[in-house]
Amino acid sequence: MAIKDYIRERFFPHMWCPGCGHGMVLNGLLRAIETLGMSKNEIVMVSGIGCSSRISGYVDFHTLHTIHGRALAFATGVKMSRPELNLIVPMGDGDALSIGGNHFIHACRRNIAMTAIVMNNRIYGMTGGQFSPLTGYGAMATTAPYRNIDHGFDIVQLAMAAGATYVARTTTYHVKQMTEILRDAIIHEGFSVVEIMSQCPTYFGRKNKIGDAPEMLEWFKNTTTPIGSKAKQEDPSLIERGVFVQKELPEYCSEYAKVVERAMKGRS
Amino acid sequence: MSDNVKFLQGNEACVEAALYSGMDFFAGYPITPSTEIAEQMAIRLPRIGGTYLQMEDEIASLCAIIGASLTGHKVMTATSGPGFSLMQEALGYAVMAEIPCVIVNVQRGGPSTGNPTHVSQGDVNQARWGTHGDHAIVALTASNHEDLFRVTVEGFNIAETYRTPVILLFDEVVGHMREKLVIPNPGEIPLVERLKTSVKEGIDYHPYLPREDGRLPMSDFGAVHRYNVTGLFHDMWGFPTDNPKIVHGLLRHLVDKIDNNAHKIAMYKDFYVDDADRLLISYGSAARSALHVVENRRSRGERLGLLELQTLWPFPAQIVRERARGMQSVTVVEMNKGQVLEAVKSAVDKPDRVFLANRTDGVLITPTDIRNFLRVIKGKGI
Amino acid sequence: MAKPKLKAHRIARDWCKGCGICIEFCPKKVLELDTEAKAVAARPEDCIVCKLCELRCPDLAIEIETEREGANHE
Repeated sequence: MAIKDYIRERFFPHMWCPGCGHGMVLNGLLRAIETLGMSKNEIVMVSGIGCSSRISGYVDFHTLHTIHGRALAFATGVKMSRPELNLIVPMGDGDALSIGGNHFIHACRRNIAMTAIVMNNRIYGMTGGQFSPLTGYGAMATTAPYRNIDHGFDIVQLAMAAGATYVARTTTYHVKQMTEILRDAIIHEGFSVVEIMSQCPTYFGRKNKIGDAPEMLEWFKNTTTPIGSKAKQEDPSLIERGVFVQKELPEYCSEYAKVVERAMKGRS
Repeated sequence: MSDNVKFLQGNEACVEAALYSGMDFFAGYPITPSTEIAEQMAIRLPRIGGTYLQMEDEIASLCAIIGASLTGHKVMTATSGPGFSLMQEALGYAVMAEIPCVIVNVQRGGPSTGNPTHVSQGDVNQARWGTHGDHAIVALTASNHEDLFRVTVEGFNIAETYRTPVILLFDEVVGHMREKLVIPNPGEIPLVERLKTSVKEGIDYHPYLPREDGRLPMSDFGAVHRYNVTGLFHDMWGFPTDNPKIVHGLLRHLVDKIDNNAHKIAMYKDFYVDDADRLLISYGSAARSALHVVENRRSRGERLGLLELQTLWPFPAQIVRERARGMQSVTVVEMNKGQVLEAVKSAVDKPDRVFLANRTDGVLITPTDIRNFLRVIKGKGI
Repeated sequence: MAKPKLKAHRIARDWCKGCGICIEFCPKKVLELDTEAKAVAARPEDCIVCKLCELRCPDLAIEIETEREGANHE
C-alpha cells in the first residue's frame, strides 16, 4: 500500500501550520506502518488534546481522540480488552508529560505493549505558545515573558527510569532514522517510547528567534548527535539521538493472561 | 441452602449484579467505602476470563473502561466522592462520545476528603451536573440488596440501550451493610446486549447517525469499520465539526435521548401511597428509615405513605407530581442539605408544602429523626 | 539493480503550504517556490531521486514518481 492509502484524504490539507513538524511525524509514521505492511483494521490510534492529537483524525485506522493527557489510559483499556490490536499513541509534550505525566510513567512501568510517540515541540501550540514541561530553562513563551525558570524533563531518562522497554529519540530532520525507529517501536513487545523533536515555527521558533521551519530543522541537525558519538564527548550540550533502551521484559497483557490462568486453576 | 442465596455486603451484591449483567471489564482505584467492589472484581473477573485492571487513579480508571467499551465489552468502575470528582471530565467524554459504561459512586461525606467511612447522599447534584456543559445523565440508587442488584442490572441495560454512562449512586450504609440476597436465575432479569451494526464491510457506516428509534448501533474497535471517536462535537462519522447546525443537533440528541425516555428510565417504589394524606419521598439507605416510620405510623392509624426513588436522574418529575397531588405535606428524607428536595419542589404543584427531613453528620438518619421532623412540620399547622 | 529514474515530481498544490523545507534541504536545489508560494520542480533534470523532499514534506504534498531505467526494454 502507498502511504496515501493510510490517510483520510478528504481532510487534507491538514490543519497544522506551514512547516509544522507534526506533519513530518505523520509522514514518517505512515512510512513505518507501510514498511510493516500492517492492516488498517488492526491499528488503533489513541490521542489526547493539542495540535499533536489531531494526527488521529488524519489516519484511516480505528481512531480515538480523547481528553487532555489521558490518551495512554484510554489506550490501556483498549489494549487490555483486545490485546491483539496494535496501539499507537501520539501525544504532545504537554499532553504526555504535564497533564498526562502520571499516566505516562505508569504505562512505562506496566510495560504494556503499545507505542507512545511524544511529538516534542517544547510548547503548547494549540493555545498559542505557553511554556510546557519541555520548554526548558531560559526559553521564551507567552507565559514566560521574562524567560522560563522551569527546568525541562528529559523524556528519555524519564521513560527509562519508569521502566519502558524501548526508548528512543530522533528529530523531524532525521526522517529516515525516524521511520526506522518508529517501525522498531511498533513491533516491540512492550511499552515503547519514541521522542521526536518536532518544530513549532509558529510559536517556539518565533518566540525564541530560531527562525522558520527550515532553520529549526537546521537547528535539530546541529544540536543533536548519535548516541555515544565523538561529537558528544567534545560538546556535552549536544542532544543524543538513537535507541537508548531495547530489552525484553514480561509484557503486561501476557502477564495478565497468566493471572487468568492461575485464577481458573484455583477455582476447580 | 441453595448456591444463589447469599449473605453479603451491598458492594458485593453490586459485583454479583455486574457479573450477572455480563460485565467483564473493570478498572478502578481503591477508595473507601467502595474498595470491596474492586477487591471482589480482582478475585472474580480472572476466573471468567474477564479483566480486572487497577489503574493509577480514578481518572485513568474511567478512561480505561471507556476504551474497553469501544471494543465491545460491558464495563464498570467504582469509586467514592473524591474519585468521582476526578472522573468528571471523562464522564463528560462518555456522554459526548456516547460510550456505554457504568460508574458506581458509593457516597461518603464531603466536600473534599470529608468523612470517608461514614454515610452521606451529598453527591446527587454532582452526579447531575458534575461534568461541564449541557447534558443529560442517568443516576440510579437503591436501599437494599435485592433492589441494588436489580438497579445495577438495569444500569447496564440503560447504558447499552441509550449508549450512555450510567451512575449508580449508592451510599456507605448500603455498600457496607450485610443482608440476604437471592441472586436471580439467569434470564430472570432480561439483559440488554450491545447493539451492533449490521452494516457490511465496505459500506459506509455512520457510528453517530441514530436509527429511527434513536438507538445507535456500534461497531467494535478492531472490527471492519474504522471510524473516529472524539469529545469534540462531531458529525455522523465521528469527525470534529463546529458547524452550528450539527452542534445544535448533536446536543439536542444527547439530551433528548435521555429526557424523552425519562418515563422508561424511571424506577421507584410506592409504599402505602394510594390512600396517604402525607407523603415521604426518600431513596438509598435513608429510605429504610423512612419506610420504618411509615409502617410504624400506619400501625397507629396515620395515613403516611412513601415514594422511594431509585431513578434520581433524569428526575422522575411526573411520578413525583402525581404522587404529591393532594398531600397535606411532602417530606423529602435524605442525607444532604436538600438536593432532591429542590428537584421535588420544582416538580410538584404546591412547593410550599414540601419539607426536608435530613441528617448530614455522617450518621444514618433514624426513624426518630424523621418523626421529630414530622412533628415540627405538623406543628406549623400543615 | 536498476537505478530509479525520475518520471515526475507530483506536488499537490492544494496541500502544499509553502514552508520551504523541501527547497532548503534538496541536495541539488531542484525545487523552488512559485509566485503563489507553492513548491515546484524548477530543475527536474538535476533530480537524483533521493526523495528527501517527499520524506520531509510536512503536508504529504510531494510524491516522486519514478520509472526503472531500462524498464521499457524488457
